[in-house]
Amino acid sequence: MAMSYIWVGMVVISIVCGLLTGNGQAVASGALEGARAGVDLCISMAGMLCLWMGVMEIMRRSGLSEKLSRLLRPILRRLYPDFAHDSEVMDTISANVSANLLGLGNAATPLGLEAARKMSRKSPGVASDSLCMLVVCNSASIQLIPTTVASVRAAAGSSAPFDILPAVWLASAVSVSVGICAATLFSRLGRLKTVSARRHLRRN
Amino acid sequence: MDLFFTMLVPLIIGGIGLWGATRRVNVYDALIHGAEEGLGVLLRIVPALIALLTAVYMLRASGALELLADLLAPALRFLGIPPETVALLVVRPVSGSAALGVGAELISTYGADSEIGRTAAVMLGSTETTFYTIAVYFGAAGIVKSRHAVPAALCADLAGFIAAAWAVRLCF
Repeated sequence: MAMSYIWVGMVVISIVCGLLTGNGQAVASGALEGARAGVDLCISMAGMLCLWMGVMEIMRRSGLSEKLSRLLRPILRRLYPDFAHDSEVMDTISANVSANLLGLGNAATPLGLEAARKMSRKSPGVASDSLCMLVVCNSASIQLIPTTVASVRAAAGSSAPFDILPAVWLASAVSVSVGICAATLFSRLGRLKTVSARRHLRRN
Repeated sequence: MDLFFTMLVPLIIGGIGLWGATRRVNVYDALIHGAEEGLGVLLRIVPALIALLTAVYMLRASGALELLADLLAPALRFLGIPPETVALLVVRPVSGSAALGVGAELISTYGADSEIGRTAAVMLGSTETTFYTIAVYFGAAGIVKSRHAVPAALCADLAGFIAAAWAVRLCF
């Protein structure tokens, strides 16, 4: 539901704000351009996405993703305790994380979606703790080499486009750690609330 | 080093292909099969992209983002984030391409090796398009109740932005 509120909120705010600031015409054309931009974006990423899905398939068939995922698994087991013994889900998550680390966003997304679909089978319609953790981890960047940003810096005449790497790693590590802590904390808080609500009901 | 980074993507593709071939995997068949699956994934995320980008384009055109930037400036100064980057903070969780546009503009206006330019670059490199990610993931998994995913992801974003500003100050 959150996305519904966000989406409706964005549209209503832009209409009100556009009318108040006299940008109504721009909002109207934005509404038409945006839909096309969605399709454009899909078409522009289609090649990369299909290519990386193909490369990941080679990784999968040759046992390479299994090797990589075995390296990551001890950490991921702790993050996703509900699926620690589901090798199919753990394989997909670890492939997703390794693709994220390599900066292959277009390869990471389909893998992450695959993991999300498998996870949702346990609790259809409701995001489980593990699914929330997966989404939080994927919405925080853990990319080791931010190539796009580096190319923007190079275009702007930077003397060393990659000199921001240590700062990027530091900021990414902080962001991911805070995300994981927040997800754990919020899920515990939510559980406390349902427990106390149940007690309250029983008492009355 | 720069050559290594520019060659990274082709090296990964080549390396994986070579590895597969030595393991007697039908590399070409795997590639085609995977790509075919990619089309299916693409088809599933097109609707979410269309919906989200429509709202983002309207929001950008309405001037609401600039208003928000003026409103947030005092709070940002308190957190140690340069207020010049406010538009980037607002756009970053919503649209990757818009954030790249805003960031590129900041980098070229203030200079790639300036503090603001570096901060913008680190922010872009250390955060993700949160709302897009949430929409696509929950869309694919058929999730209606998102529970604590949105607040937790936004905490990570905020931490990333603050850390980016402080990391640039620390490293340079």
